[in-house]
Amino acid sequence: MSEQLTFTYSIDGDDFTRAGEASSSVKNKLKMLGVSSEAIRKVAIAMYEGEINMVIHADGGTIDVSVSDDDITMVLADKGPGIPDIDKAMQEGYSTAREEVRSLGFGAGMGLPNMKRFTDEMQIDTVLGEGTTITMKVHL
Amino acid sequence: MDNNKFMRSVRLKESACQGCINCIKHCPTQAIRVHNGKAHIIDKFCIDCGRCIRYCPHHAKIAVYDPLSVINNFKYTVALPAPSLYAQYNNLFNVDIVLNALLKLGFDDVYEVSAAAELVSEASREYIKEHIEEAPFISSACPSVIRLIRVKFPSLISRLLPIKAPVEVAAEIARARAMRKTGLKSEEIGIIFISPCPSKVSYAKSPLGIEKSNIDNVVAIKDVYPLLLPHMRHDESQLIPLSRSGRIGIGWSNAGGEVAGLLADNYLAADGIVNILRVLEELEDEKLHGLTFVELSACSGGCVGGTLTVENAYIAATKTKRLVKYQPVSKNHLADNPEVTDLHWADNVEYEPVFRLGNTFKESLKMMSDVEDLTARFPGLDCGSCGAPTCQTLAEDIVRGDATPNDCIYVFRANIADLSRKIEDLTVNRKNDQIFSAGDSELLGSYIRTLTAELASFGVPAHARKEVSDKDET
Repeated sequence: MSEQLTFTYSIDGDDFTRAGEASSSVKNKLKMLGVSSEAIRKVAIAMYEGEINMVIHADGGTIDVSVSDDDITMVLADKGPGIPDIDKAMQEGYSTAREEVRSLGFGAGMGLPNMKRFTDEMQIDTVLGEGTTITMKVHL
Repeated sequence: MDNNKFMRSVRLKESACQGCINCIKHCPTQAIRVHNGKAHIIDKFCIDCGRCIRYCPHHAKIAVYDPLSVINNFKYTVALPAPSLYAQYNNLFNVDIVLNALLKLGFDDVYEVSAAAELVSEASREYIKEHIEEAPFISSACPSVIRLIRVKFPSLISRLLPIKAPVEVAAEIARARAMRKTGLKSEEIGIIFISPCPSKVSYAKSPLGIEKSNIDNVVAIKDVYPLLLPHMRHDESQLIPLSRSGRIGIGWSNAGGEVAGLLADNYLAADGIVNILRVLEELEDEKLHGLTFVELSACSGGCVGGTLTVENAYIAATKTKRLVKYQPVSKNHLADNPEVTDLHWADNVEYEPVFRLGNTFKESLKMMSDVEDLTARFPGLDCGSCGAPTCQTLAEDIVRGDATPNDCIYVFRANIADLSRKIEDLTVNRKNDQIFSAGDSELLGSYIRTLTAELASFGVPAHARKEVSDKDET
């Protein structure tokens, strides 16, 4: 049996200034665990992108980060509008972010592609009108 | 050397410490605890930033540095004044007044750190140009910044500009020139830095990026400042021309001074330990884009804000700007300084995982799980009454074996209340003439003994009861 530890974060919607707090907290915990900087970097970037997405599109949600001997699993669950076309959403530069969000420098259409790029596994479960759950794994 | 690795120059003056929690709350690396009514600085967490010196209302945090009398230990001494020294004086328009006063004070020669700073600026420009694809680079001039990155930001170590700090280059040049000029042996020559901060004191003894520093001793600007004043009232026409630095070199004393010397556009310059922590977090998360260079100074205002200075940092910064207004941009060039063989770091800075909980990942995971459980038991007030800065740090201390849950006044109160309730249950429903059974009597005795023991040990973690407390480290 491998030991597992889970941290849960609740993400507020529409507060850009606070997005990144959860990934920052996880980063510090991973450093205390002695996780390699490369893995920490991947987790921090992927999780931050996920946090921003939840703030922009889904009015917040929750993130569970589980650490085990083998990997770090991030489960980002929201009750947002869902993703109508995942293939399109995964394209670099494609974004449905509102204009005012873009004017803040977000919504460049790199969120999901970066989450995929910086993790070893990623799965998107989405139901229109009900919400999206994204599961990402970084192997250790 | 391992035991020297975490050498620090910020110390506790135990006799002055009142055991309040001001320092633990302001320490950016959570390196201070209060146990037994006295503060303790944890060597491996401390980055020598001096923030506790500023915040201690009882002046119990002090900087250790060398007395000026060290100049008597050498046959020949060279003063290395930091450019922030000039900014201490009012109405100073000629640096030679300060440099000549240093000679009158007893130094045999002076070499300005600002002159070497111009060489460092030139070398930095070249290095960045050659390695632009590895940008952004983080400045490595402030030892506290390097130490902070070394313990907290492993992924940013490779971004440190691997170039010696101006004071180190100054020391190298000064030593080479003094040896050539006097024919004396290296150990007969004293290279003495006049420093704005304690961080450089530690640097000279335990440098980062190089094996051994050329600086022999470090004295404080605040000690030297008043001693120079009587030597500064002289006819300017009698001054020996010694000054050899321009706007770039002297400007290094201010926040933004180093980047000014890079003549680059895409930079960030942050000062103040809280601000630089935020920048480092964002750099680590790759949230900052398009930067070539990041200048970080632990002190607000830059080196003029060091804890060994006299003048208000912001007034000093203005004075620096006024002083350099009519100076040429730079007066020093690598081509004219054959003494400088290599400005680059010889050693790599290694990550020091001092905040890691256990020795292995498995052990750390178990410990972190305990930390989470403990933290949930605490009230989350971060009141500091336990002597740790936050509930979370107390939990970490407990898991590391350095504290107990009873150090939390709320946990403690609940335990006492529980014991008190048990005693009450035993005694309250009893008629006056009824005597205790042997069992009840023993139970009551054990409750009262536990109560006494808990009260006596409150605030005294097990290890601290045995440990000899830090003596005044002065």
